[in-house]
Parts: sequence; C-alpha cells; structure tokens
Amino acid sequence: MRIRLPLAGLLALAVLAAGCGSSAEPAADGKVTISYAIWDKNDQAGAEKIIAAFQQANPKVTVKLEITPWEQYWTKLQTAASGGTAPDVFWMNSLNVRMYAKGGVIAPFDDAKAAGLPEAVVDGYRHDGKLYGLPHNVSIPALWYDKKIFDAAGVDYPTAGWTWDDVKAAAKKLTDPAKKQFGILAPMWDQGGFYNTMIQAGGHVLSPDGKKSGFDHPASIQGLEFWTGLIQDKLAPVAEIYTDTDPLQLFQSGKYGMYYGGVWFASTYWANPEIRERIDVAPLPKGPAREAVILLGLANAVSAKSEHPAESAAFAEFVSSEQAQKILSDSGGGALSVRPGTQDGWFKAFPSWKLKETYDASMPHGVPYPATLNTAQWQDVQNKLLAEAWSGKRPVAEVAREIAAQMNEILAKE
Amino acid sequence: MLSKREWAWGYLLIAPMALGLAVFYLWPIAQTLYLSFTESGVFGGYTWVGTANFAELLGDEEMLGALGNTLLYAVLVLAGVPLSIVVAALLNVPGLRGLSVYRTLYFLPVVTMPAAVGLTWRYLFNGDFGAINHLLGKVGIDGPYWVGDPDFAIYAIAIVGVWSTIGYNAVLFLAGLQGIPRPYYEAASIDGAGRLRQFFRITLPLLTPTTFFVIVITMINALQVFDLVFLMIDLKSPALSGSRTIVYLFFEKGFVQNQRGLAAAIAVLLLGLILVLTAIQFRLQKKWVHYE
Repeated sequence: MRIRLPLAGLLALAVLAAGCGSSAEPAADGKVTISYAIWDKNDQAGAEKIIAAFQQANPKVTVKLEITPWEQYWTKLQTAASGGTAPDVFWMNSLNVRMYAKGGVIAPFDDAKAAGLPEAVVDGYRHDGKLYGLPHNVSIPALWYDKKIFDAAGVDYPTAGWTWDDVKAAAKKLTDPAKKQFGILAPMWDQGGFYNTMIQAGGHVLSPDGKKSGFDHPASIQGLEFWTGLIQDKLAPVAEIYTDTDPLQLFQSGKYGMYYGGVWFASTYWANPEIRERIDVAPLPKGPAREAVILLGLANAVSAKSEHPAESAAFAEFVSSEQAQKILSDSGGGALSVRPGTQDGWFKAFPSWKLKETYDASMPHGVPYPATLNTAQWQDVQNKLLAEAWSGKRPVAEVAREIAAQMNEILAKE
Repeated sequence: MLSKREWAWGYLLIAPMALGLAVFYLWPIAQTLYLSFTESGVFGGYTWVGTANFAELLGDEEMLGALGNTLLYAVLVLAGVPLSIVVAALLNVPGLRGLSVYRTLYFLPVVTMPAAVGLTWRYLFNGDFGAINHLLGKVGIDGPYWVGDPDFAIYAIAIVGVWSTIGYNAVLFLAGLQGIPRPYYEAASIDGAGRLRQFFRITLPLLTPTTFFVIVITMINALQVFDLVFLMIDLKSPALSGSRTIVYLFFEKGFVQNQRGLAAAIAVLLLGLILVLTAIQFRLQKKWVHYE
C-alpha cells in the first residue's frame, strides 16, 4: 500500500516511453507512416473512419492510431516530448497548447488553415500570434432538464430566452424537500458552470491580455454567487454530494430538475432508453449582463520534431475538413464536429432532443475557455479555494479576492 | 579465504539484483536529490536554484497541512497494530475450526489491488447511497459525507488503511507467535498462570521483536500513503485540504503543476522525515524490545 520511491516509476516510464517511440523511416517506395495519438476511446470509431478516408486520398501515407487513456495521456506525451519522440499528430486542448508551443514541441500552422472554423474555438490555440492547433470538435455547455419533474410541478420547459431569474424561479418550484428532490444541481465546475456565469454577469476569468485575474471583479463574484446562492437557498444539494457521485450520474436519478451540463453528454444519456424519454436540453440561460457560452474545442497539433511534417500537417488539416467533420458527425459519438454546417448527422443521432436549437443559440455567444501558459497551476488554486466557498465555510467574495491575489502572482511569473 | 574465482562468482550472482537496485533505486535517489535543488522546465532542462525549493516548502501552508495529515494518518494506522496482534492470537488458537478460511479472509485485502480496494470503499463511504451510512441510519445516526468532508476524509482513509494492513501484519505476528517455545507456556500453567496472564507475561514480551518490525514497516508505509488518497479523493474535492498527504502533494506539484524541482524537494524532505523517525524508533527499541 505505498508508492515506491516515486521517481523510480518516473524513470521506468521514461525508459518505456523511449522504447515505444516511433521511428518512422521513409521506405524506398516513398510510403510514410505517421502516428496519431488521441485519448478518447469513444472517438475511436470516428477516428478510424476519418483515417480510412485520408488514406484513400493519400495512398502513400499510413496513419497509425494510438489511444492512451486521459489519465496517462499528458504524462506520457510530456515524457515523449522531452525525449523528442512525441507522436507526429496528437490531440491537444487549449489548457496545454501554450505550454507545448512555448516549449517548442509543436509546430505552428498557417493561420489560413483555420478559415471557416469558429473564432472562439480557434483563438484558444493561438500563442504569440501564431496558430498551434487545428480544432476538430467543440464542447458546448448546455442546460439539461428533467421533463418529468417539470411536468409534475407544472413548470414550463426552459427555452432559449431564459434568464438567471427564470432558472431560480423554476428551481424553487421544482424543489421538494419531502421527496429529497432539488430544482437544480450546483457542482463546482468551471467549463459548464461558473466560468459561464462569471462572464454572463459581466465579469471575466482573465483580463483580455491574460495577465491579470478577473476573480476579484464584482461581476465575477456575482457569477460565482449564482451557484453558492442556489446551494444556500437549498434549491441545490450541498457541495459534498458531488464528490461522492458524479453529477452526470446524479442527474439520471430523477431527483434533480436541471443540470448545467454539456451537449457532449448526449451519447451517454441517449444510451439509456428511460433517460432518453425523460430529459431534454436547452441553451444556457442568459445572465444579467450578457449571453455567454464557454466553448472548448479539441484540436490536432503537429510535433515540431516530426520526420514527416508535410504529411502530418496535411492529416491534421484533413481531420478539420468538411469531409472528415461530416464523417465525425455521422458516427454519432460523443464529439460534436466544429466546422459550421457539418453537424446534421450528429443532431440526427439524437432526434428527439433540441440539440440543433441549442447549438444554433449557443455558437453566436461563444467565448474561448480561459487559458494561459500554465493554466493548471492557477486552476489548482482556483479549485482549492472555491471549495471553501462552495461548502459554505467562507464567503464567496473573500475567497474570490484571495484567488485573484494568488492567480496574479502566478500570472506575473509566466 | 575466498579465492578470486569465488569472489567473481559472488559478484556475478548478485549482479542482477544489484544492477536493478542501482538503476531503479539508487540512481533515481541521486537524481531526485539533484532535482530538488533545481527548477525544471516542462520539457526538460533544469536551472540550479540552490535551497529555494526547500525554503518555499518550509513556510508553505499546504506542505504543513500535508505533513499534519500524513502524521495523523500514520498514528491512526499504527493504532490499528494491536488489532493485528489480537487477530494473530485468535488465528493461533490450537484446534480452531476453519483456520485456513479465516487466514485467507484476513489476508485477502493484502493481495487485492489498491485500485479495487479504494473504489469499493469509496462506494461504501458514499454519503447518500453508501452501505456504511445506510447501516448507521438504521441505528439513528446521520452519517457524514465521509470522503467529501475535510473533517472526516483522513479517518475514512485510515479505516481502509488499517483494514488492508491487518492481514499482512497478522501473518507476521503469527510467525512470531509460532516462534515462541511451548515449554514457557507449560511451565507457566504449572505455576498456575491463566491464559490472559500468559498472554501478557509471555506472549507480548517475546513478541516484541516482531512488534518492533511491524511498527517500523507500518510507519514507513503509512508516511508514504498515496494510492488510497488518490483513488478516494479527487483533485477538485473540497475534502482535499483535510486529506492531502505528503506524497499526494508531491504528485500534485510534480505531475499536475509541472513543478518537478519542488516535487523532488518534497520527496527529499519525506525521505529525511522517514529516516529520522525510523532512527528514533531504533534508539527507543533498546528500552522495550526483548530478544531472547
């Protein structure tokens, strides 16, 4: 029951990773093999179809798919990158892209390659004015609701015009302490939760130049208090409940009226026929200041040390092309394609839900997911301190100001 | 006197083990020591910063919190050692029926993967649907969110820690018990000593070498606890402040926040702590351990 001298494990990992590194030598007949690393097994089927289509168009290139589970993905990638053996093309997220760009691990793309892709997503992959990733999917937060609970309480379903006040009013009517039923779930979650409300209230997470924290802005605090208020008013269960059971699962128990989740939960929820009938989805309600939806897209990055940079870049470009994006949509998996106009196949996979309406209403108000060079470091501070506000131990305003102070210190060092 | 040939054979035979030790233990220890005085780039590259990492850690609230949590955990798990002695003594009762079944049951947690142990207990500890709170509810106790509440999390983890080490320790104690010569007991019964008196006057004193060994090993393991915390407490959990251990902090700094120099410094401090505490134990053992 212990971890044996942790660095021994690290070293072993490094040795392993070095041993696994691809050594793609160009063969005599001009054929090349490039490696493509992803982390989501749910996307395997879609990725394989896209690879097949790419290979058909480029018979001299073979793409080798490597799936590493999320838990090990970044550690493995970082170790491989340090040893100069990163895969040719790999999944990147906007939290990590600046670190990899600055470290010289990934090669920049020509900005024109991202033409036609939503700016809020593309912008997440710019560093020092250069583009380091081509987005291939998009995650849109959305409001899931339980129709059965709404019907029983005689409340109208959420619509695109909803505001925070509508959410609170509905939550009040849906809450029933006798049945241990709550109007809404309020997990401490940035992407689908408080980042959206902070901005909707007129605040911000990061200043536009990314050098200052926005947590101490009064409107940002208001955005955080939206959530803690729901818990204090007992319209949402206490903070501890979310650590014991994933809110994504809690919502399925039929005891919670609303849940700020994501459209990408669709494939998970659709798999259960009973849930399929019982719930539906709506765009995020608008805040006191504006409408805002945090858009987080995944992108493909190309290794700066790739032996086949042209083929690798061509493949990354292909994955974001209209043809590949339609293949992704038609596979009806968890991921929603990012190129506008390619989503119909995906909407059709979940015909009874208002996914198209949610998509159409959300995209114009997309805001990039806030990230800097070492996002993980200040997010850690954010999560630790916010936990004290969520559990009601300290007032939100006080915690928010402390986050801002610590974040500014971290940002100043970047 | 050994001949040169014999020396050569000796070295050859220990070579696999010695090489493994050097490559996987000694070299990483040296590396860690070096790293603890540096600040690392994310993709390799180190700059010498002297003792800055240590200076940062000594005043760090999180480090102190982690130290406190780790020591509390160690004390709680050590408090479980007497349980192992009792279990071993019961397993040693002559003519006990189903002995091998009991032995297997108690040893099972030791051979179970920590991941399975952690996840199963996490379900049991679930504040709303967990078996433990369900049972507590039957006797009118409103159970807490065991792994969600910073005031309870470390106790929940310690319960699992004790549960999973009882079997291993009991086997060690069992070996110790069976090493005690029977004539002592025969002589004691002739002199009129009852079972309980025999246990306290013969068994416990003669078991002290085993007890010493078990305490030292248990403490070293407890100070390095990571897997249970990692599996039962999420990085975003509000309970983390009350359950973050030193190795967990090491993991956070080194693998989540990419501050590998700082993480190495944590590992070095932990090594120092274990060395000191173990040295103290070896000092103290002269006062209470009886070798026959």
